[in-house]
Amino acid sequence: MTDEGKDKQMKKLLLSALAALTLVSGGAFAAEDESHITDYAFPFEGPFGRYDTAQLQRGLGIYNQVCSSCHGMELVYFRNLTESSGPAMPADMITELASNYYVPDDGLEAALGDERTATLADTFPGSQIAGAPDMSLLAKARAGFHGPYGTGISPLINGIGGPEYIASILTGYTGEEKIEAGVTFYQNTAFPGGWIAMSPPLYGEDIVHADDAPNDLESEAQDIAAFLMWAAEPKLNQRKAFGLTAVLFLGLLTVLLYLTNKKIWYNVKHRDEA
Amino acid sequence: MGGIPHDHYEPKSGGEKWLHRRLPILGLAYDTLMIPTPKNLNWMWIWGIVLVFTLVMQIATGVVLVMHYTPHIDMAFTSVEHIMRNVNGGWAIRYIHANGASLFFIAVYAHIFRNLYYGSYKAPREVTWLIGVIMLIIMMATVFMGYVLPWGQMSFWGATVITGLFGAIPFVGEPIQTLLLGGPSVDNATLNRFFSLHYLMPFLLLGLTLVHVWAFHTTGNNNPTGVEVRRDSKEIAEKDTLPFWPYFVIKDLFALALIMTIFVAIVGFMPNFLGHPDNYIPANPLVTPAHIVPEWYLLPFYAMLRAITFSISIPFTDVILIDSKFLGVIVMFASLAVLAVVPWTDTSRVRSGRYRPMFKWWFILLVVDFFVLMWAGAMPAEAPIPQISLIGTIYWFGYFLVVLPLLGLFEEPMTPPATIEEDFDAKHPVTSSPAGTAPAE
Repeated sequence: MTDEGKDKQMKKLLLSALAALTLVSGGAFAAEDESHITDYAFPFEGPFGRYDTAQLQRGLGIYNQVCSSCHGMELVYFRNLTESSGPAMPADMITELASNYYVPDDGLEAALGDERTATLADTFPGSQIAGAPDMSLLAKARAGFHGPYGTGISPLINGIGGPEYIASILTGYTGEEKIEAGVTFYQNTAFPGGWIAMSPPLYGEDIVHADDAPNDLESEAQDIAAFLMWAAEPKLNQRKAFGLTAVLFLGLLTVLLYLTNKKIWYNVKHRDEA
Repeated sequence: MGGIPHDHYEPKSGGEKWLHRRLPILGLAYDTLMIPTPKNLNWMWIWGIVLVFTLVMQIATGVVLVMHYTPHIDMAFTSVEHIMRNVNGGWAIRYIHANGASLFFIAVYAHIFRNLYYGSYKAPREVTWLIGVIMLIIMMATVFMGYVLPWGQMSFWGATVITGLFGAIPFVGEPIQTLLLGGPSVDNATLNRFFSLHYLMPFLLLGLTLVHVWAFHTTGNNNPTGVEVRRDSKEIAEKDTLPFWPYFVIKDLFALALIMTIFVAIVGFMPNFLGHPDNYIPANPLVTPAHIVPEWYLLPFYAMLRAITFSISIPFTDVILIDSKFLGVIVMFASLAVLAVVPWTDTSRVRSGRYRPMFKWWFILLVVDFFVLMWAGAMPAEAPIPQISLIGTIYWFGYFLVVLPLLGLFEEPMTPPATIEEDFDAKHPVTSSPAGTAPAE
């Protein structure tokens, strides 16, 4: 290693040591990770953030037309798509959507391997390709980029997590390709290591939205990322509402107990000479 | 109860007298609640209540989680997601339980370092301290087994790494490892026994908590001066103490409410911050994660395990006495066990660190060391991390086994106040304001 390299390493080390000490969270920045994640603004960020129903519906459209040809979503039920804190789709539309998917037939007269069309009570099918991860939890499982090895410092400091990662992957293709051992890899600025096996799934204008919302690549990438965040955390709206209520009431209780405590101790701490 | 003289329970009504003759439970409750408590306790004395509350919270949420969880390798991961998605309020219960583990460790580490600073482990409170050390070890076993239950990637690989440690013990290691796993590798049998033990151990903790409280109610609380409460008579004891109710109950509840406000903010707004994202990937024995890291609270001890990269051999020969893996295991378990000897290795005649000018710096260094080890435990084991961990490990043991004994000999401690009353009055002096007007704040 050159002296300059050593210096650089030492500097990184000191910086990460400092970060660990100030954060008390037992981690530091992964020094070697060169991938770039864009900090997209999502409507569900922050304590007051909530899912944008229209965005989730657009994301569902993209999943349905593009992603689902390879990626499964086995933990999400079709009925979930009708939930008001989710895409809030009309039940009849989702019944029709479900009928385009095939799931294993578990009927009394079904033979092994038989399939039937899905209903509201079914989950999405699993992945169609061995290498394609199931998308149910992807937005939470991919929150550990930028290290330190998944200890979550990056989401805290930079306010970015799985959805930003997914959107950055979808917009991160450079157009370069390489073939290694018969497998084509595509250069991607967001993917760790820089080369991803997934061919670019979106190019922009892949889908026309009913509400004429923008369908450029960046918008599509954010829509599908938001949808996948919902798929991974369908109770986010309820959770944040719970958080606000709980903080408010416990905060009030804290104030009352503070005042009670002050009052109780007053005569003990303040004594007159008499 | 307790050596500090105070009023005892007197049954008044006929019903109370009837019950008291048969089961003095009201007397027990009264004496526990009214126990004389040093009036100069500071805010570091609130962690005990936080710990009791957290234990009860974990048991309560855990019992509900078990109603919906399936301890089988094919269904565990999906059943946790079932809780998150389909069970009413299941997401809240699971997030509270998962983050509750972190709250538990924040509180327990604060509690332990409080004891180390104020010398609470010293005579006559050694038994309280020893029970506490046992509870810490049981807590770590419990939390580790609990982390395996969702059967994600980190669950599986964490279980593989930690149970593998036992395999490093010579001769008996392999049978122990097989017993832990219920087979040759981490599998369904492992998940089932971990589930069973994860349910059992919190109740052991609950029992030990009672003994822990009984022990320090017998000796009385330590306090920031380390000076004992005067016990000559009830009147003199009352100059140093106040009854637990309401003074300390309300104070502790205020602190608990504040901590819970922060806790629910984390549960509500960033519940996955302290967890590992890889645990949202189902366990896969064929794919090893790039970095297997324990949860943050186990990192300091994990760092000490990994700090040992060398074996002990007979000099100038190739005979290895203890190989590096086994030595690492010894060091990791010893790093917890070493806490048990501190009541006897601390030779200082002064109890509280407040009056020990040299001790203070060594103590601060120990706290820094703890966080450095925590950081090192999260980093990949490449140079210079093992070296940093080794230095940290040496200091960890050095503090308890070398620094504390020597400090007692070389340090010139300051003179603590003669009484707790004196300490309290120095902080809250008597005012000479005219009668009838409230003293200024």
